Amino acid sequence: MSVNETITLPGVGRQLIDDQPSGATQGDLTDALIGTDVWSDQMVAEAGIPVVDVPFVTVGGGIGSFIMADFLRVAGLPTSSIKALGANPEPWTTYEYLTRVSQIPRQERLRSDSGSCPDNLWGFPAYSIREAWEAKGLTKKLDPLWNVLTEPILTDYYTPRAGQVFNAMEKEARRIGWSEMHVQGLVRMTRRRTGGGYFTIFTPEVNTTGTKRVAYRSTYVHLAIGYPGLRFLDDLQAYRQTYEDYTRVANAYEPHEHVYDELRRKPGTVVVRGGGIVASRVLQRLIDDRDNHGAQTQIIHLFRTYVDSSHGPSPFMRRKGKDGWAYQGFNWPKGAWGGQLKFRLEKLEGDQRKALYQTMGGTNTPHRKLWLKQLARGRAEGWYQTEIGEVAEVVPGEGGTVVTRINTARGQLEIPANHVVDCTGLEADIREHRVLADLMDHSGAGRNVMGRLDVEKTFQVRGTDAAPGRIYAVGSATLGGYYCGVDSFLGLQYACLQVADDLARQRFVKRIGPGRSLRQWWRRMRGAQP
Amino acid sequence: MVAPDAGGAAVTPTLFGRIQTRIFVLIVIGGLWTLVITPFLPILPNGGFDAGLVFTEFSGDRLVDFVYEAAFSILLGVTILGVLWELLYHLLQQFRWEKDWPTFFGAITIVNEGLLVWLLGRYGVFGSDAEAVINDQPLAFWLLFTSTWVVTFLFVNGPIRILSPRYRFRGGRLI
Repeated sequence: MSVNETITLPGVGRQLIDDQPSGATQGDLTDALIGTDVWSDQMVAEAGIPVVDVPFVTVGGGIGSFIMADFLRVAGLPTSSIKALGANPEPWTTYEYLTRVSQIPRQERLRSDSGSCPDNLWGFPAYSIREAWEAKGLTKKLDPLWNVLTEPILTDYYTPRAGQVFNAMEKEARRIGWSEMHVQGLVRMTRRRTGGGYFTIFTPEVNTTGTKRVAYRSTYVHLAIGYPGLRFLDDLQAYRQTYEDYTRVANAYEPHEHVYDELRRKPGTVVVRGGGIVASRVLQRLIDDRDNHGAQTQIIHLFRTYVDSSHGPSPFMRRKGKDGWAYQGFNWPKGAWGGQLKFRLEKLEGDQRKALYQTMGGTNTPHRKLWLKQLARGRAEGWYQTEIGEVAEVVPGEGGTVVTRINTARGQLEIPANHVVDCTGLEADIREHRVLADLMDHSGAGRNVMGRLDVEKTFQVRGTDAAPGRIYAVGSATLGGYYCGVDSFLGLQYACLQVADDLARQRFVKRIGPGRSLRQWWRRMRGAQP
Repeated sequence: MVAPDAGGAAVTPTLFGRIQTRIFVLIVIGGLWTLVITPFLPILPNGGFDAGLVFTEFSGDRLVDFVYEAAFSILLGVTILGVLWELLYHLLQQFRWEKDWPTFFGAITIVNEGLLVWLLGRYGVFGSDAEAVINDQPLAFWLLFTSTWVVTFLFVNGPIRILSPRYRFRGGRLI
């Protein structure tokens, strides 16, 4: 792991590819281009950058781009009108990487609703129905159906296996002709074009043009770049840089199997930081290793905010909590995706919006019986303890340990451990992503009340119009807008549907009304092209 | 906070969404279903009824017309009562942090709603035809009620989204 402040993700920490000379020296960005906000066709031609004309460009090439392309295909757009530019081979590459290292391999279940299907505009048939359909044996067929029928009252929420989601996307990718739209490489920037529309500067992975860059000239640009970056907690970052120790302090979103390996080989203590779902999963992994591999791990779980009971501003807004955790099925209350809370948030601006974000947000984890049982056992047997406090600093201790000094209500406390796992999942500022930084510096994009990219209800990026062209943005970078569920499968589906509707209003695509919807759904069920 | 696995939710209703869904689904889907199922309802010799054949004469009409009248007045009653029930459910939903209405609630409310319809129907609230069917043909009534319930329940929990992909993002509003 490098000393970069952000964690390297496939497709996000892409500086390397971009700076590698692709053999070609001509057709590169010039100072004139870099310094000019709005480019003319002539400027690009003078730089010797070849231009590809395509009406719609989606930047990122991940799940957000995939859903958008899927919807546009359903709305009647041919593959030749769409280009999806991204650094990874598959739309789910980054996502699968993040889930895998944070302890959800393909056979484990995500934290995602049955009907949140990146491969299916309608969310029907949902994952639970499909799982039942494909299962062998009556009990296995009935299990997911019973689960989804009784959630979350008699059972915990049904959630699909990661592998099911990836396989379904793979199938849909073939159906919509994703490979015809997807080009692998790195997007450097998007700039407005004199006369309308945009240039998106792209560094292709495979050099076919003999130039370093290619410019995609489009009317519309859709930004689906995912997480701008992931950050370490400041104190852990300081520790890693000061003592150059990258093994004892790990972030849950980077590969950290060595932690589990070592704890299986010899008894040790691990400090787990954070109260979200990733902490839940890391704890499960540690306890599974105790149960299945005889590990003798002692776990100290460090909470900054300890939730010991139901909490909230009124009887109508009260979230369950216990033993340090706040419990919630998904990362927002369900009604935030399409119910009462969605409509409430949509009406708010400024501080009022921020306040509702704060009430609904906060770190939380789903209520899962397995986790509750494991932790209860750990408390009873003494190998799972919690501490509450602010970390003052992290320093090396005796015998290759790492000591976490925390300020608690009882004064300062020192916790020596063999490993510290940071499960807080901090997101980097949007400027950490070059495309977004450039958009703010040169194309008029601004920040919303939460400091992320400011978008309209249609997910159009405010201030970036180049009529008749528009830039849209979806995903985590837009958190803080009129819709909070942006960083989720269903939220991406919502955002992309809003974009498709906005494009239909401009007569760029056909509106997905009841007739088209029904016909297209049937085509999908038959496996026919849109 | 990064949570790349975060998913979303099925339909979480708003009050208008509830009312619109209730009316649309009961009138259209419930109506079609009632049209189809009514001739097949088991009418047993009991009370004023003396025949099991739906196309026989009954009080000057064909029996089937009589049962249709009863069935549709019950359906209309269920729809009107349903809207009132939705007001209560919406109130209860306010105490839920998630502001959702789990599928399970949607399924078990068949009990309270069914009992109320049965009780009111027995006393002629939905007209004398319905009163006769409910009192003298309980099997036919319950079959009609539960099957319509199941059909509309299944429709709302999936296929409705094929016709309206925006349904789940609008709190169940259709327009």
